Amino acid sequence: MEDNQMRLDGNAIAGLLGELFTAEVTDARGACLGCGAVGALGAQHLYMHPLAPGAVLRCRWCESVLMVLVHAEGRVRLAVRGMAWLDIEDNAERID
Amino acid sequence: MARAALQRRLTWRLAEVTQLVAETPRVRSLVLEVPGWPGHRAGQHMDVRLTAEDGYAAERSYSIASAPDAGEQLTLTVERLDDGEVSPYLTEELRVGDQLELRGPIGGYFVWDLEMGGPLMLIAGGSGICPLMAMLRRRAGASSKVPARLLYSSRSREDIIYREELHRRGAAGSGLEVIHTLTRVQPPDWTGRAGRIDQAMLNDVAWSPTDRPLMYVCGPTTLVEHVADALVNLGHDPERVKTERFGPTGG
Repeated sequence: MEDNQMRLDGNAIAGLLGELFTAEVTDARGACLGCGAVGALGAQHLYMHPLAPGAVLRCRWCESVLMVLVHAEGRVRLAVRGMAWLDIEDNAERID
Repeated sequence: MARAALQRRLTWRLAEVTQLVAETPRVRSLVLEVPGWPGHRAGQHMDVRLTAEDGYAAERSYSIASAPDAGEQLTLTVERLDDGEVSPYLTEELRVGDQLELRGPIGGYFVWDLEMGGPLMLIAGGSGICPLMAMLRRRAGASSKVPARLLYSSRSREDIIYREELHRRGAAGSGLEVIHTLTRVQPPDWTGRAGRIDQAMLNDVAWSPTDRPLMYVCGPTTLVEHVADALVNLGHDPERVKTERFGPTGG
C-alpha cells in the first residue's frame, strides 16, 4: 500500500479524542511547532488504521508530528509534542 | 443546533434497525432508531461496533447520510468491501429489528450548517457521497436557497448511489445542479461526463474562486488528494476546501 493511502484527515481522530474530552476539538485551531502553520486539527493529516493501537497526527504543510495517541492495556497516552498551542471553543456556559 | 448535546463524552448506545434500502448492488442504507440521539450536524460521522461471541470487537466509522431534522432516526449508507470485517455484515447479514452498537455524532470539522451559507461545491467519489447527501438533504429540508453544485464520480451508472433522489433534488429551480461522471463504463445514452475528475473538469464545473465557494470533498484518498490539489491550483483558498478521505478503513 502506498504511503498516501494510509493518510486520513484529522477529522477522523474525533472519535478517539471524543473518548477523552467533552469539547469538540477537530474544529479547534492549533499551531505547528515545526513550521508555525495554524489550522483546524480536522484539516491536518492523520495516520491511523483500525487494527493499529495508535494514531499519528501530522501537519498538512510540513508533515511534522503534532500529536500521537496510543491505546493499550486500558490506558490512553496522548503526546502533544508538536503543537505550540491549541485554541478550543469554550462551551462551558452553554451546558443545558 | 445540537451544540449543548456535545457537552458529554462519547458513549456507546444501542440502535434498532427499522428499515433496509438497497441503493446499488454493493451499497445499502440502514435506517436506525436511536433512543436518546442528541442530534447531529450535516457531515458528521459515527462509529459502529460489532462484537463477536468470543468478545472480539471491530469498530468502523460511517458518515451519517440523513439530515439532522429526523429526530431519533438516522440513516447510514454502507458499501460492501469484499475483504472487509464489518461492511459485509452490515450490507448482507443485518436484518430489520436487529440491534447495533453505535456512538456519535463525531467530528466538528467536515460539517455544513445552514448559517455557513454558500455557494456550496460538493465533490464526491463513490460512497463519499454520504456526508454530502446529509448536507443536500439539510439544504432541501430547510428550503435553503444557497446555490449548490454536486460533482459526483461513480464507476458506472449502476454504481450511482441515491441516483433517483439526486435527480429529483437537482430539478430545475432547485438551485442544485448535479453533474455525474462515470469512470469505467458509460452507457450509449449517457449525457453526463466521462472519466476521472481532473483539473480541467473542475475548471468547467466548479464555481470560480471569486465566488468564494465552500468546498467539501469526500471519497477515496487518491481522489480526494487529486481534487484538493487541483482546486488549490485553480486558485481556491485551501482553507475553504474541506476534505474527508476514506483511507484504509478496512471496511
